[in-house]
Amino acid sequence: MSPETEPLVKVENLAVAFRGGVRAVDGVDLTVRRGEVVALIGESGSGKSVTLRAIMRLNPERTSRVEGRIRVAGQDVMALPKRALADFRGRTVAMIFQEPLLALDPVYTLGRQIAEAVRRHEGVSEAEARARALAMFERVRIPSPERRLDAYPHEMSGGMRQRAMIALALACRPQLLLADEPTTALDATVQIQILLLLRELQRELGLSAIFVTHDLGAAVEVADRIAVMYAGRIVEEGSARQVVLSPQHPYTVGLLKSRADGALAKGARLVTIPGSPPDLARRPPGCAFAPRCPLADEACRRDPPVVSPAPGHRAACWRVPGADAAEPAQRADAA
Amino acid sequence: MTPALDPRDRGGPGQPLVSVRGLVKHFPIKKGLGRARAVVQAVDGIDFDILKGETLGVVGESGCGKSTTARLLMGLIPHDRGDLLFDGEAIGGRDLPLRDFRRQAQMVFQDSYSSLNPRMTIEASISFGPRVHGTPARRAIEEARALLARVGLEPARFAGRYPHELSGGQRQRVNIARALALNPRLVVLDEAVSALDKSVEAQVLNLLLDLKEEFGLTYLFISHDLNVVRFICDRVAVMYLGRVVEIGPAEAVLGAPAHPYTAALLASMPSLDPDRRTEEPPLAGDPPNPIDPPSGCRFHPRCAWGEPVCAKEDPALADIGPHHAVACLARQPGAAHSRAPLLEREAA
Amino acid sequence: MSAPVQTASLTAPALPAAAAPAPAPAFERSPGYWGHVGRKLLRDPVAIGAGLVILTIVAVAILSPWITPMDPYRGSMLRRLRPIGDPTYILGSDELGRDMLSRLMVAGRLSLFMGVTPVILAFLIGSAIGIVAGYVGGWLNTILMRTIDVFFAFPSVLLAIALSGALGAGIFNAIVSLTCVFVPQIARVAESVTTQIRQRDYVDAARLSGASSFTIVRVQVLGNVLGPIFVYATSLISVSMILASGLSFLGLGVKPPEPEWGLMLNTLRTAIYVNPLVAALPGLAIFLVSISFNLFSDGLRSAMEVKE
Repeated sequence: MSPETEPLVKVENLAVAFRGGVRAVDGVDLTVRRGEVVALIGESGSGKSVTLRAIMRLNPERTSRVEGRIRVAGQDVMALPKRALADFRGRTVAMIFQEPLLALDPVYTLGRQIAEAVRRHEGVSEAEARARALAMFERVRIPSPERRLDAYPHEMSGGMRQRAMIALALACRPQLLLADEPTTALDATVQIQILLLLRELQRELGLSAIFVTHDLGAAVEVADRIAVMYAGRIVEEGSARQVVLSPQHPYTVGLLKSRADGALAKGARLVTIPGSPPDLARRPPGCAFAPRCPLADEACRRDPPVVSPAPGHRAACWRVPGADAAEPAQRADAA
Repeated sequence: MTPALDPRDRGGPGQPLVSVRGLVKHFPIKKGLGRARAVVQAVDGIDFDILKGETLGVVGESGCGKSTTARLLMGLIPHDRGDLLFDGEAIGGRDLPLRDFRRQAQMVFQDSYSSLNPRMTIEASISFGPRVHGTPARRAIEEARALLARVGLEPARFAGRYPHELSGGQRQRVNIARALALNPRLVVLDEAVSALDKSVEAQVLNLLLDLKEEFGLTYLFISHDLNVVRFICDRVAVMYLGRVVEIGPAEAVLGAPAHPYTAALLASMPSLDPDRRTEEPPLAGDPPNPIDPPSGCRFHPRCAWGEPVCAKEDPALADIGPHHAVACLARQPGAAHSRAPLLEREAA
Repeated sequence: MSAPVQTASLTAPALPAAAAPAPAPAFERSPGYWGHVGRKLLRDPVAIGAGLVILTIVAVAILSPWITPMDPYRGSMLRRLRPIGDPTYILGSDELGRDMLSRLMVAGRLSLFMGVTPVILAFLIGSAIGIVAGYVGGWLNTILMRTIDVFFAFPSVLLAIALSGALGAGIFNAIVSLTCVFVPQIARVAESVTTQIRQRDYVDAARLSGASSFTIVRVQVLGNVLGPIFVYATSLISVSMILASGLSFLGLGVKPPEPEWGLMLNTLRTAIYVNPLVAALPGLAIFLVSISFNLFSDGLRSAMEVKE
């Protein structure tokens, strides 16, 4: 494969286990093409954040064990030596978090933090780095950017801090942006601003991005493709349209149905998914969703479902016949 | 919706269960060493009623004062000015001492973990309230177990456990059971489902609806999620910077919003349709700080309809439809706002 | 009351039969918080070791009147300052020819008593002050805590010496002055822990249930604050032992011929050039006990950091 057609991110059979036998991620395959945004959605404990962190090798090395293959921009992430890893983080891949206050350094001004990052990765002069920081602040539309460059993180409001963190993440022109619930802590009117900003920046800069969220709506606003995670595995993957409008996996169907939309009659009850996710230290032998699934039969409880690794709309479910058949159509759709 | 006959009912079904009039709470904050003090205008003169048997939703962004309102109503923090009436009697007054009021009103908090004592078993937490009010320990425990069963947690498995052994959804069920243990008439749900995963949230919302019917409860439901509010609430109050800007039936307020802020909140909800993504953010900037709110209408700096008059005049809530009131000059007949007269002609 | 909670599920089958309990289930009991702490502590070899050392020393000290190899009070002018390893005096003899081993064993009683008692007293008094200040808050908190801050103006060693000096020498006065030294420290920790707990929603929930402040503190607050205060107090025992020994060393605590580690250190100081190893033995005992208390306290702290 030539570098142009090779996907930017290729994760194969990723597994992350923590102390105590908790397999938080258990066989994840994920491909992100250049300029593509993939949303990883799932509920707490589904392994979406752990997957994201594994791509940047951020999971604590002492307490976790990571297996599988991760290739980003032609580099084998699992084999990167320490120094190359430091360069990889920030320059090839950058990350934004749910809570900027925890990710930003409280004792330095934002301008200084951005300029430092630029200088460390690109070795440019101080003035140049400062100019880049200013340009980034303008780009993420922080009002009166000159003045805000000299502000400390705690002096800004939540939305402005999130913009500043995006500016910091993108200052070194990474190829891949990892976003871990970047809008969850924000108010509704601010959340939509940040989502639209991310979408716009991604298009302008031709970034690839992986966007972790529990909010299907936020995923639809920014993502080209959506991967739904459950109990450490991707149970369904496809274009945003496919996953939201014609969901295949019973879990995705249940998630979409259980949304409290105003269209319901007063006094009606929501359709819910019964039960709760399995204990990740004692995963059932078959499909992890089988105990809660309305369609499950003996085979589901016995054998884990397999999915074709081909791109397109796929669902990890024994009871979905059409998942593979739909594939050629998806290819045409993507082209 | 007629609430079940309650022997504690005083004013009859027509009298609101809760009446809030002119409620004000300002928090002083010290600024540096000097005597210069700033004031957070958390709640700044709000009025609303909660009718018997209804669910009133309160929505708004952080800093709008919705949680403060709940805490003021429950007497967890003292209010500066205003009247709080429960079934016609002043809360904490001679006819309704705080202790008696609290038997009739309970609260469920957002953080399911922080609201349970980590050193107490589930059944001890639930039975604490009744025991304080004199129920013998054995009976209180039995009732606690029955309540656990009612909220969907098998007593044999959960009664003797500790909070950290439960999931967030299970803990929130326990908190609901604890609130119900005193057999209240009003339950204040302060972002009670906001921290839960969507599939768990749906389960808990259904439970809340069931319990409301079964026990004839009245809910004050505080949330930032308009979908959930529209699903569960009969009426909705929209708050912005310590004020109620719009209040009315849920369908009217969220279906045909009259206040530009309500409209912006609705338009800010992410679209679930990949073909019709949001193209333009409805509002720019962050919600302003309640320490130094704008003059006149507090929303005017962010408002698409903002005019010079909005910075001068402070609009009061005025009726625009059946039980539907809004605080916006553009909606007030006779106001100096350019849109106001137009609306009046349309209405005529 | 028997209906499951999911009233409108996806017509789901019940959970697998294995997950359903027997028809007449026995109520499950969790080991509870202290059960978890205990189990975690048992898995910490350092804490276990330190605990065993403390237990051994305490047992030896308590049983010392019956198990000392020789009379700890009877000296012999002819056998002064025998070295360690002497056939009669295993750990040598002191400047008056008394058996060091026997004296060290007996001295443990007073030293431990004077180390632990002030901490226990300060734990009771300081916790009470701190919890009241933390729970009530407001002006009462300000008054109590500012008063306590005054004590922090003095280094604890100086404060102990000054108080003891003012009250006069003697075991009782030494304990009183040491208690006074530790009360402010414990009160401050108690206040900060209580203030944190006070902000938890479960305390608000308890207030909403109509409980009185006393009931809330007793049922909801105490269980959550006493643990951390206790850990802090155990870490003070070593300081207390050293201060008590220091007071005795200065002649403000125990009086001769009563054996006490600090006092022994003082009286043996003259022999430091003659027989340094023997002279260092009481110091070693103090060191061993205080480091054991510290290590145990550290282990307890980390064991208590399990998810609550």
